[in-house]
Amino acid sequence: MSEHGSKAATTTGVPAGETRRDFIHIAAATVAAGGVAAVAWPFVQQLAPAADTRALSAADVDVSKVPLGSEIRVLIGGQPFFIRHRTPAEIASAKAGDTAQLRDPATDDSRLVKGADGNLNPAILVTSGTCTHLGCVPVGPAQGSVGEFGGWYCPCHGSHYDTSGRIRKGPAPKNLAIPKYEYSSPSMIKISL
Amino acid sequence: MSGPSTYEPKSGFTKWMDERLPIIRFGADLMDFPTPKNLNYWWTFGGILAVCLVIQIVTGIVLAMHYVANTQMAFASVERIMRDVDFGWLIRNIHANGASMFFLAVYIHMFRGMYYGSYKNPREVIWILGVVIYFLMMATAFMGYVLPWGQMSFHGSAVITNLIGAIPLVGEPVKTYLMGGPAIGDATLNRFFSLHYLLPFVIAGIVVLHIWALHVPGNNNPTGVSVKDVKKDTVPFHPYYTVKDGFAIIVFLILFALFVFYFPNALGHADNSIEANPLQTPAHIVPEWYLLPFYAILRAITFDIGPIEAKLLGVIAMFGAIGILFVLPWLDTSKVRSMRYRPFARSIFVVFVFACVGLGFCGANDPDKLVFKTQADQLALTYNNTNGQPQREIFDDYAAAKSKLDSLPPTAGAAIEIQSTGFKWLWLSQILGAYYFLYFLVLLPLLGVIEKPKPRPASIADSVRKKHGSAPAAAVAAE
Repeated sequence: MSEHGSKAATTTGVPAGETRRDFIHIAAATVAAGGVAAVAWPFVQQLAPAADTRALSAADVDVSKVPLGSEIRVLIGGQPFFIRHRTPAEIASAKAGDTAQLRDPATDDSRLVKGADGNLNPAILVTSGTCTHLGCVPVGPAQGSVGEFGGWYCPCHGSHYDTSGRIRKGPAPKNLAIPKYEYSSPSMIKISL
Repeated sequence: MSGPSTYEPKSGFTKWMDERLPIIRFGADLMDFPTPKNLNYWWTFGGILAVCLVIQIVTGIVLAMHYVANTQMAFASVERIMRDVDFGWLIRNIHANGASMFFLAVYIHMFRGMYYGSYKNPREVIWILGVVIYFLMMATAFMGYVLPWGQMSFHGSAVITNLIGAIPLVGEPVKTYLMGGPAIGDATLNRFFSLHYLLPFVIAGIVVLHIWALHVPGNNNPTGVSVKDVKKDTVPFHPYYTVKDGFAIIVFLILFALFVFYFPNALGHADNSIEANPLQTPAHIVPEWYLLPFYAILRAITFDIGPIEAKLLGVIAMFGAIGILFVLPWLDTSKVRSMRYRPFARSIFVVFVFACVGLGFCGANDPDKLVFKTQADQLALTYNNTNGQPQREIFDDYAAAKSKLDSLPPTAGAAIEIQSTGFKWLWLSQILGAYYFLYFLVLLPLLGVIEKPKPRPASIADSVRKKHGSAPAAAVAAE
C-alpha cells in the first residue's frame, strides 16, 4: 500500500536508488516547460502589431504634386517621410558631395530608386524623416531652415544634412535612411515600412 | 494546527534571508502544511479556482491592452481583438470561457463545502470570506459582460441597474451613481471597465485571507472528524496534495480547452454578437448561465405581499438568496459536519442541488412558456362580446371556429389562436425558489435538532483503515 519509488524499482530488477523517480521528474518537468512555452508564445506575440496595423504600413504618393525646391511630408504608420523635389542646383550640390569627406559615405545615385523605365529621376529624393541621432524630425525648406549644406537641419542637437540627405555635420551618425519604395508610374511611388 | 516550523535554512544566503524576510520559511511551511490524508477529489477545486483566477487576470490584462472603453468603439475594438490582434481570438476565448469555468469550479467548491459541513465551527470565517469572493465574482462577471457592448451587454445591464433602482430610498441615487447619467452610456462603460479591472485584485486579496483563515484550523475532510493525531491523520501538503491538485487541474484544463477550441460560443449568447442598440431590446433577455438561478428567483416573485410590490420583493428574494449564504454557519444547527453521517440531511441536500440546477433552467426559459403540456393543444377563439367583455371559446375543428369568427362583427376583434395548457416555468421556479429558502431557513435548522446521525469514525486514520479493509501488512501480502 505504501510502497513506491525505490522499493518498486528493486522488485523489477532495476538497480535501487532514485533513477526511476528521477526519470519521472525530468519527464514531467520537460512536459511542463513545453506547456509553459506554448502558452507564453501567444501572450507575447499579441504585443506585436496587429493585422490591421500591419495593413496600414504602405502608402502611395503622387510625386508630381511636390513643388520644385520644396518637399512634402507623409506619415506612414506614424513614421514621417520626406519627398523632396530638388532644383538642378540642389542636384548638382548633391553630386558634388559624392567626393567630399563623408561620415557615412554614399553616392547620390545610390540613394535614388530606378523608375519603371530603368532610369533614375534625380529630381525626386525620398528619405526617412527621422534624424539618425535621437529620432527628432529635421526641419527643411518648408520650415525655413535647410542647414549649412542645403538639405535639412535637425533642431534638437544641430545635425546638418545635405541635399542628398547625407549627414555632414553634427552628432547624427548616419545618413537619413532611404525607405523601401518603388515607382508604380512615372509620377506615383509606393512607400512601405 | 501547523505547529512549530520545521524549516531549517541550509546555505549562507537562506540563513541570511531567514533572519531578514523569512519568505522561504513561509513557503516551506505552506508546502509542509499537515493536510488530512483522506481528502477526495472534491477538495481539489480550491487549487483549480486559484488557477482560474490567475488565468482571468493574465488574459484580462492582455485584453485591456487592446480594448477601448467607449460606446462608439468598444464593439469594434472587441472585433479587432478577434480578427486582427495576433492570438487575440485565443486570449479572448480563454477569458470569456474562463469566466464560465471559474463559476463552474466555484459552484462545485461551494456544494462541496455545504455537503461536508466545511462552514461549521471553527471554519465560519473561511466560509464567509468565500461568500464575499463569490459575490465579488458575480459583480466582476456582470461588469465584464457589459464591456463588449453587444445587445445582451447593454440590455442586460439596463435590467440589473433598474433592479437596483427598485430598492426604496437609496435605489434611485445608487442607480444614478452606477450609470453616471440618465441611461447606460459612456460614463457607465468607463466605470465598469475600471471596476472590472480592479475587482479581481480585490478578490485575490480576499483569497489570501481565505487561505490564511484555512491555515488556522486546517482543512476539513470527508468524515468531518477533526484531526486528532497530526502524525496518523495527516500528510504534508507537498508532495501529496500538490500532485493530486495538479492532476485535477490538468483534467479541468482539458475541459476548459475543449470549450475554448471547439465550443467557444456555446456558453455565450448570439445576441451579444450584435452591437448594442438602445432603441431595440432583444426579445428574450437572459444573463450568463451562472447567474440564471438568481434571475429565476427574481422573476418567480409575481405577487405583492402586503405593501411590498412584486418588483421589490423579487429584488429582495434575489439578494436574499445570496445573502443567506453568509449566515449558513448559524442556520445549520447540527454538530455533525459531514452529511455522510446525516442520512436525512444528505437527501435534502441532493434535492437542494437539483433545485439550484433546476432554477438555472427556469432562468433560461420564458416564465410563461410551458415545462410540459397537460393536454393536447386546443383551438381557441377570442373576441369581445356585445358588452365589450373578452370571451374565449374552445373549438374542436378549424372550420367551426372559422365560421364562428366570420359570423362575428369586425368590432369584436376576433382572433383564432392555439391554446396550450400545461405547467409553466414560472410555477416551477416558484416551487424550486421556495425550496431554496426552505432548505436554509427551515430544514437545516430543524434537522440539527431532530435528526439522529449515524456513528462516525473515531479518527481520520481509522476511517482510512476501514475503507481499505485491513492493516497495511495484509495489503502487501496480496500484491
